[in-house]
Amino acid sequence: MERTAIRRRLTWQTGTVTEVREETSTARTIALDVPDWPGHLAGQHLDVRLTAPDGYRASRSYSIASAWTGAGIELTVEQVPDGEVSPYLVDVLKVGDPLEIRGPVGGWFVWKPEQPGPVQLIGGGSGVVPLMAMLRAHSAAASTAPARLLYSVRRPASVIYVSDLKDVAMSEEVAITFAYTREAPPGESREPKRIDAELLKSVAFQPGDEPTTYVCGPTPFVETVADLLVAAGHDPARVRTERFGPTGGPR
Amino acid sequence: MTADEPTYLDGNAAAGAMREVFAVDITAATGQCAGCGDRGAFAEARLYVDAPGMVARCRRCDDVMVRVVSTPDSTYLDFRGLTYLRIRTPTT
Repeated sequence: MERTAIRRRLTWQTGTVTEVREETSTARTIALDVPDWPGHLAGQHLDVRLTAPDGYRASRSYSIASAWTGAGIELTVEQVPDGEVSPYLVDVLKVGDPLEIRGPVGGWFVWKPEQPGPVQLIGGGSGVVPLMAMLRAHSAAASTAPARLLYSVRRPASVIYVSDLKDVAMSEEVAITFAYTREAPPGESREPKRIDAELLKSVAFQPGDEPTTYVCGPTPFVETVADLLVAAGHDPARVRTERFGPTGGPR
Repeated sequence: MTADEPTYLDGNAAAGAMREVFAVDITAATGQCAGCGDRGAFAEARLYVDAPGMVARCRRCDDVMVRVVSTPDSTYLDFRGLTYLRIRTPTT
């Protein structure tokens, strides 16, 4: 990993918002230009810090949504009701504004194109964000590794990256399945319910495929899915997890 | 949030705070719990961020492995709940 060769501690730096895109009624993608960004791996995250006029500071960690292609980074932020940071990022921040960030960080929940074997991605809600970065990295590298995304989402209107997911699903190597938990679209044969053992058996890679599995979502979602995978015979060492909580983003 | 909903995150969430102090990523390092001997990636530890500072507990026995407390001018690290931390170093 080239990035770890840069042996330095991490400091805060200021990026500039270059674009904002609505993804759903509560989530939006923020594109940033960061002059000294060293590049990142798919799955890494960054910390955002806001400072109030009285000096009060709050920071939160957000997954990077984009694959590194040499210019710019993107975050996708889901608004947390009564959150300290996400309402500002979703409702207030606009193109041209500065944003204080620190990153990239995290070397565990990452996918590298040179990694052998199939990749299984399982996301709950905005847990899809780092998985989207992995699919984008897969596409940018023209990887031939078979990749599957299982995306648990409340209803069709809650799906983040609707058009981008259609694009990546064009690849013969990529398969995407939606698991609707509250409201399914017309024509969906599975009634709205959470991911269960039966669904994992029918749409996810099996232990014999030797996939590396990435599970990201709220803590209860991740615990449930990881337990189902291990119960189905998957090697726990090949199941990587990232949990986020009610305080926003991954944390 | 209901009472039976877990309040912890995982070691991934400590990546930024750790990289402020260390030159390498700690979340991918392997640690051994001093309480039960379980070995795993720091990223897989249960992380509680609602305490003053951050507390990382063993995913198996729930013992405290690491505490991190930041003040405006200092960071306090308490690693006594780990027997060791194995950090892979680049070979080149």
